[in-house]
Amino acid sequence: MAEASSAHTAASPARRSAHQLDGLVRIAVVIVLIGLVELLCRSGLIQPTTMIAPSAMARHAWEILREGKFDKDIAISLANIGAATVLAVILGFICGLLLHALPGLRSAIEPLLASYYAVPTFIFYPVFIVLFGVGSAPIIAIAVLLAIVTMITATLNGLDRIPRALHKTARVLRLTPWQSAVLVKLPAALPYLFTGVKLVVAYAFIGVIASEFILSGSGIGYAIGYAYNNFENNDMYALMFLVLASVTLVNLLLNALDRRLQARLRR
Amino acid sequence: MKSEHTVLAAEALLQDSPATTPRVPHAVLQGVTRKFGKAGSVFHALGPIDLTLYQGEFFSVVGPSGCGKSTLLDTLSGLASPSDGTVQFENREVKGVPDGVGVVFQEDASFPWLNVRDNISFTLRMRGMEGAEIKRRVDYALAFMGLKDFATAYPAQLSGGMRQRVCIARTLVQQPRLILLDEPFGALDQQTRLLMGDELLRLWRETGATVLLITHALDEAAMLSDRVGVMSSRPGLFIDIVETGWPRDRDSRVVSTPRFGEVNARLWERLRVESLKVMGASHG
Repeated sequence: MAEASSAHTAASPARRSAHQLDGLVRIAVVIVLIGLVELLCRSGLIQPTTMIAPSAMARHAWEILREGKFDKDIAISLANIGAATVLAVILGFICGLLLHALPGLRSAIEPLLASYYAVPTFIFYPVFIVLFGVGSAPIIAIAVLLAIVTMITATLNGLDRIPRALHKTARVLRLTPWQSAVLVKLPAALPYLFTGVKLVVAYAFIGVIASEFILSGSGIGYAIGYAYNNFENNDMYALMFLVLASVTLVNLLLNALDRRLQARLRR
Repeated sequence: MKSEHTVLAAEALLQDSPATTPRVPHAVLQGVTRKFGKAGSVFHALGPIDLTLYQGEFFSVVGPSGCGKSTLLDTLSGLASPSDGTVQFENREVKGVPDGVGVVFQEDASFPWLNVRDNISFTLRMRGMEGAEIKRRVDYALAFMGLKDFATAYPAQLSGGMRQRVCIARTLVQQPRLILLDEPFGALDQQTRLLMGDELLRLWRETGATVLLITHALDEAAMLSDRVGVMSSRPGLFIDIVETGWPRDRDSRVVSTPRFGEVNARLWERLRVESLKVMGASHG
């Protein structure tokens, strides 16, 4: 058991401290940029009619949350983002599975997927209004359309990268196709699927907030647009600040989960 | 330089326990070939192969790269169907992986999302085995493979050799009657391979299973096996089957005996010509 003593190797301390250093540099860059904008705003080089200082944005954002002024809009947007994320993940995963199972169809479709993001998805909004009417449905549809391909690609990528030995092992262990899919292939592809989920969340935010500007009479996107049109800079920047803070928080959470997953599942 | 004591101990080992390989056919390949592609561009990978593995024997296969060793294992395990010929295991034709066959691959096939204990018990749980029996078998396998202290560790926390032990343990708990090993130590260093070889022999003796080992290491084949099959370059055929004559109760000390040198030399003599053919083909 000579090798036993060398087992249980966690990530090396050098690698860990390099990661920590990267994180610190990242945070420092963000703080410096925010500080710079704060300085420019407070010195008057940027007029309050153009932009308010980040500290003022944060203060107003806190007041908005405390007073509940935009609670309904925030709730609508979050619900739309949640629905779009769930739909894009499920539909994207199913489409990915189908394409993976049908190589002929996949080779025909894959070039379309590769050039998909050259299509400005928002041009379809009149079509969705006609199809779904006014309200949350066309907004969710646009966000799903924007996000789904990333999930399809992540699913294909994950299934492609399952080691051949695991496919063979599933057969040697005489698993049924269902057991093999759920108990071997899905967990093996999980790190790649999770990368897809992370991107889906980002696209869902973009799709929903952007659609609300043009399509909706409610939601954070609509509220930002309304504030802009009425020169309510405090509300506009506070809402923008809230969106940025929410996206950052969600990304931090997803990245932390992703790191845990990758650490456990790396081969 | 080998110590006199080591050589004497190894020779005593040979004299004390004469080989008593039972000759009951366990797995039989008759006229097995494997061809790929369609008419006009057929790739003839293997055969025709005629081979009988006897109950409880340790048989190794060596051959030049690309000669079809792994294809032979896939066909014998039921992972692939022969283009011609038949494969039988325990007097039944092999169609799909039969019950009683365990396979260990060269690549790491441990499940990284499960800890060592769950990896090993995976198949037993799938088969709905009773919890107490699962625990008994897994505890035995953990102890047997030296993994007891790592039961709750995940594969990412283990070395390559330890992960391969996990895969062997996962096969062991199924109590297979035929164990197929496709270069399981190929990625390990020489010392670890020797030690793993001893453990493999111990496993073979204790389970009484028939073992077929695919390897590119002649010394490994010569040390571990009752018989070693030497394959030709593609399409792979058996050009020689060498009986080593080792006792069942052997270990890696047999490498100190003159017989080991003889077996190794014969294997290399046959394999050298085939390997040169492959090299000639790749250079030509």
